[in-house]
Amino acid sequence: MSLQSGALAASTEQVTQRPGGPTKAQMSEGKRAERNLGLLLCAPAAIIIVLVTAYPIGYAIWLSLQRYDLRFPAEQAFVGLSNYVTVLTSGYWWQAFGVTMLITVISVAIEFVLGLALALMMHRTLVARGLVRTVILIPYGIVTVVAAFSWQFAWTPDKGYLAALLPTGSAPLTDFGSALAIVIGAEVWKTTPFMALLLLAGLALVPDDLLKAAQVDGAGPWQRLTQIILPMMKPAILVALLFRTLDAFRVFDNIYILTQGSNGTGSVSMLGYDNLFKAFNLGIGSAISVLIFICVALLAVLFIKLFGAAAPGSEPSGRR
Amino acid sequence: MATTTGDPRTRVWWGVAGLVVVLYALVPVLWILSLSFKTTDTITDGNFIPRSWTLDNYAQIFSLDIFTSALVNSIGIAIISTVLAVVIGTMAAYAIARLDFPGKKVLVGVSLLIAMFPQISLVSPLFDIERAVGLFDTWPGLILPYITFALPLAIYTLSAFFREIPWELEKAAKMDGATPLQAFRSVIVPLAAPGVFTTAILVFIFCWNDFLFAISLTSTPRSQTATVAIANFTGASQFAEPTGSIAAAAVLLTIPIIIFVLLFQRRIVAGLTSGAVKG
Repeated sequence: MSLQSGALAASTEQVTQRPGGPTKAQMSEGKRAERNLGLLLCAPAAIIIVLVTAYPIGYAIWLSLQRYDLRFPAEQAFVGLSNYVTVLTSGYWWQAFGVTMLITVISVAIEFVLGLALALMMHRTLVARGLVRTVILIPYGIVTVVAAFSWQFAWTPDKGYLAALLPTGSAPLTDFGSALAIVIGAEVWKTTPFMALLLLAGLALVPDDLLKAAQVDGAGPWQRLTQIILPMMKPAILVALLFRTLDAFRVFDNIYILTQGSNGTGSVSMLGYDNLFKAFNLGIGSAISVLIFICVALLAVLFIKLFGAAAPGSEPSGRR
Repeated sequence: MATTTGDPRTRVWWGVAGLVVVLYALVPVLWILSLSFKTTDTITDGNFIPRSWTLDNYAQIFSLDIFTSALVNSIGIAIISTVLAVVIGTMAAYAIARLDFPGKKVLVGVSLLIAMFPQISLVSPLFDIERAVGLFDTWPGLILPYITFALPLAIYTLSAFFREIPWELEKAAKMDGATPLQAFRSVIVPLAAPGVFTTAILVFIFCWNDFLFAISLTSTPRSQTATVAIANFTGASQFAEPTGSIAAAAVLLTIPIIIFVLLFQRRIVAGLTSGAVKG
C-alpha cells in the first residue's frame, strides 16, 4: 500500500500551510459556501475511514481485553491485560518480532543502496533511458504473490534455475538462514524500483550547475555524492526510508508463499494471521494486532525523532 | 543532462548498466512465463527455457471453476474499488487542494496515518465485524477495506495533480457566474482527468495486488480473488504437481500490469513521484 506514500509526507506540509492564506479575502457568504462544499466533498472519505479503520481498531483494543476463542464463544469474558501478558511472555512473539526487524532493517538498507545506484543511473544514463524506466516498473507493479511464487520455484531443489546453482542436497527454503535471505531478496527485488523512483525525484532537485561548479573546484564523484547530492536529497531520502521501513515491517505475502512461516521465519503479521485462522483465538489475535500497531507507531515516532528537525516535509530546503 | 554524449566507451558502459537493470527486472517474470509453458514431465528439469512447449497449463486452469470465478472476482472487485476510491478521493482531494474548511488538517493527517497503518491490525476486528453484519465473504466486504487503504494514495496523488491546475480558470468560471460546484465540474474535472486516470491505475494495481485482506475476509469461491486462488493451488489442490497451473495463473495476473506499464509508463512514474517532487 505505501507504494505511494513517499508523496504523502512531503505534500502534507504544503497542504496544511494553505488554509487561511491572505489571498482568501472573500465575501463571508462565499466563504461559507466554500466551507460547506469542502465539508461535503470530504464527508464520504471521512465516513469510510472512520467506519473501516477507526472503529475496528477501537474494537480490536476491546477484543484484546477479552478471552475470545472462536471455538468456545460461550466462554467470552473480560480478562484485562492477560492476553498481552500471554503474547509478550511467549517465545513466538519475540521470535516473530526479531525476524520482522531483521527483514526490515536488512531489506531497507539494501534497497536504499541499490535504489540510490539505480536512481543515479537513471538520472545520468545516455542509453535506453526510456526502456530502463519502463522495465523497472514491472517489479513495482507485479502481484507480490506472483513474484513470490517465481522465487519459490526458482529456489526449489531439482526444479529451479537458482537452486541448481547450489551444491546438491542443500534446502534453501527450509534452512532458517537461507530462507530468510530469500525472503529479503524477494522484498528487495520488488521494492527497490519504488525506492529508486522516489530518490530519482529527489535527485532532480539537485542543480546540475552546483555539481559542475564542484567538479571544477576539484571534487571527485564520491565527494560530490556525499557532500552535495546526498545532503540536498535528504528530505526525499527520509520520506523513502520512513515509508519503506513501515511497509517492510508489515511483510506478509512473501513469507506466506515462500516459507509459510515454517522454521521460525514467520513475521509478526504471519503470527497475527495464524492466531486468528489457525488457532481461532480472536482475543490473542487482537492483542497481537494492537501490539503491531503500537510497534509501527513507535517506529514512525522513533524515525522522526531520530532525524529531529528533518522530519519528512518539515525542511524548507526540500521544497524546490 | 550530461553533455558528454559522444564518447563511445561511456555509452558502452551505460549500455551494460542498462542491460543489468533490464535483466534484474525481467528474469523472475520470464521464469514464471517459462514454467507456464513447460510440459508436466519437463517442469522439474530446472531449465530456464522450456525444452518442450505446451498450452496445457492454461487449458487446465480455465477448466477449474475455482480459478475462473476467482479471476472474475478479482477483476470485478478491483474495478469497483478503483472507481469508488477515485470518485471519493477526487472529491476530497479537490477540497483539500482548493478549499478552505475546518478539519482539513485532520483529514490529511489521518490519511497519512492510514498509509502507514499495518493492515494486519485490522484483519482480526474486521473479520469479526464482517461476520456479524454479513459482509464476510462478499464483494463489499473486500471493496470497503480496499477503498479505505486506496484513499490516502488517491487523495495525495490527486491533490498533487490538482495543485498544478491554474487557479485563474476556476476564478474566471466563478466570475462568469458558475457556482463552486459548477466550477468543479466543468473546469477542474477536464483539466484533472489525466491525474485522475493516473490515480486510477495506481489504485487498481494496489487492489489487484492485495493478498492479506483477500485471504482473511473471504472463504469461498463466491468472493475469493485470484491471488488467494493461486496460493491455495499448492496445499488444497489434489494435483500432484500444481507448479504449471500456478505459473499459468500467475502469468495471467501479470498481463494487466504489463499492459499498464507499457502504455502508461510516464504517467505511473509521474503519479508515484508527484507529491515527492512538488511537495
